[in-house]
Amino acid sequence: MSLVEVSGIVTGYTPGRPALSGVTFSLDAGEAVAVLGPNGGGKTTLLRLLLGELPVMAGTCAVEGSPAYVAQAGRARLDFPVSALDVVLMGAYARTPAWRRLGRGERERARAVLDRVGLAPQAGTRFGALSGGQRQRVLIARALLQDAALLLLDEPFTGVDRASEAGLLAILDELRAEGRGLLVSTHDIDHARRWDKVLCLNGAQIAFGAPADALTAQALHATYGEELVTLGEETVAVHSHHDHG
Amino acid sequence: MELLESELLRRALAEVVLLGVVCGPLGVWILHLRHTYAAESLSHAMLPGLVLAALAGVPIVLGASGGIVVAALLIALAARDRRIGSELAVAVTVGALFGLGVALALAPDTPARLGELLFGDPLGATDGDLAVAAGLGLVVLVALGFGGRALRVTAFDAGSARSLGVSPGRTTAGLLVLLGVAIVASVQGLGNLLVLALLVAPAAAALRASDRLVVQLRLAALFGAIAGAGGMELSYVADVAAGPSVALVACALAVLASLRPGRAAARPGRGPIEGLAGGH
Repeated sequence: MSLVEVSGIVTGYTPGRPALSGVTFSLDAGEAVAVLGPNGGGKTTLLRLLLGELPVMAGTCAVEGSPAYVAQAGRARLDFPVSALDVVLMGAYARTPAWRRLGRGERERARAVLDRVGLAPQAGTRFGALSGGQRQRVLIARALLQDAALLLLDEPFTGVDRASEAGLLAILDELRAEGRGLLVSTHDIDHARRWDKVLCLNGAQIAFGAPADALTAQALHATYGEELVTLGEETVAVHSHHDHG
Repeated sequence: MELLESELLRRALAEVVLLGVVCGPLGVWILHLRHTYAAESLSHAMLPGLVLAALAGVPIVLGASGGIVVAALLIALAARDRRIGSELAVAVTVGALFGLGVALALAPDTPARLGELLFGDPLGATDGDLAVAAGLGLVVLVALGFGGRALRVTAFDAGSARSLGVSPGRTTAGLLVLLGVAIVASVQGLGNLLVLALLVAPAAAALRASDRLVVQLRLAALFGAIAGAGGMELSYVADVAAGPSVALVACALAVLASLRPGRAAARPGRGPIEGLAGGH
């Protein structure tokens, strides 16, 4: 089943001034697609389009159901007094009328998804007191409580140490195996290689396909331009001064 | 408390305690969503409305309502001017409206009520004023209750709010409307300058006293009530004006709470209370 069908899309923040154009790709259930690109290349713009926050200026965009958005953990307010469990419970807000209290069932489900991402003991811990990797896992747990078939992850590995990164990757593999679709924006070419498909963006679509087909030297140079550093025959790295875009 | 022996003082006490209970929790959200400047701007810029109401001899709450709507529209309009920056544009607008209000108030034909408009006069509250304040206060508290989840998501993670079923723009607009309602309700008791103290100080004390949001909201209501009752007692004992006394006790609570050792910052940067020190 196709969760995302995008064809010739043009979108942006200001009428008449597209920030992203010519994007055509699809994402099926149980599939993970990496969105690779430099800062300002349109990765977050694409995610915001799929969330329905940006207009379709041209082309067609079909998204199955309501996707869950997993923002960079660093974008959330760390000084706001909420526990990990409070944050996960936000995933139940959309389906619970404002005049009804969140029921015991929702709390049990929230604890279960926290347990699933390995954070049951931290349920009562302030979100701001968790490590970067733990925060990211809490936000993924929140998306799981939303029970969305499609997860849009915005640079989930930013500010996460290597050990936590491995744990996050294992969770994402599990989600993919159970039939959820994942769209993961990233700077990391090695991460992009491990997903089913890669979409390279730099204001417009550069390439889309299986990593072996899409991640050519030509496509990477068109995507990153001067930011790309070649370290060897097979190894490339991205030189970047920013952590988001 | 000898305050309770006089009908006049009892009504004044009820008015300021009621305002404290309403402004406290509202202030917690104002601080968490970092809209202290909006609170200050709206309360200052409504002065022409208050003076015109005094000139026309109509209830002050009507002047406050009209003044705050006009002020909000002008501030919103000024904030769109990106040529000089929204903060500067808002500051100029607020300064102009406040100056206009003072000029009107000091005109020879205007009744000498400037002090009452700026600093409030809870002793002048009638049963009608008290009923209006209670009604408006109830509206604010009920709306905060229903909007709690949207406010929580907007304060914590506005970027993800839409995917969680929350519109951060509407939530912020709703909070500012409630702020306007609370200011209108508070003008009789505290005036348009001192209302800010009751909006911000008990909330700042509550944020310092607890790390849990629900506790912060309840503590802010309690601190607001204490500021109201304590201020009236101070006013009675020291024979000073009631509105300023309430403001002083509210700020004293914030200072006392600030002496509590704070938790280690989760990351560099200013929290909602530290942000206050930086002004606008």
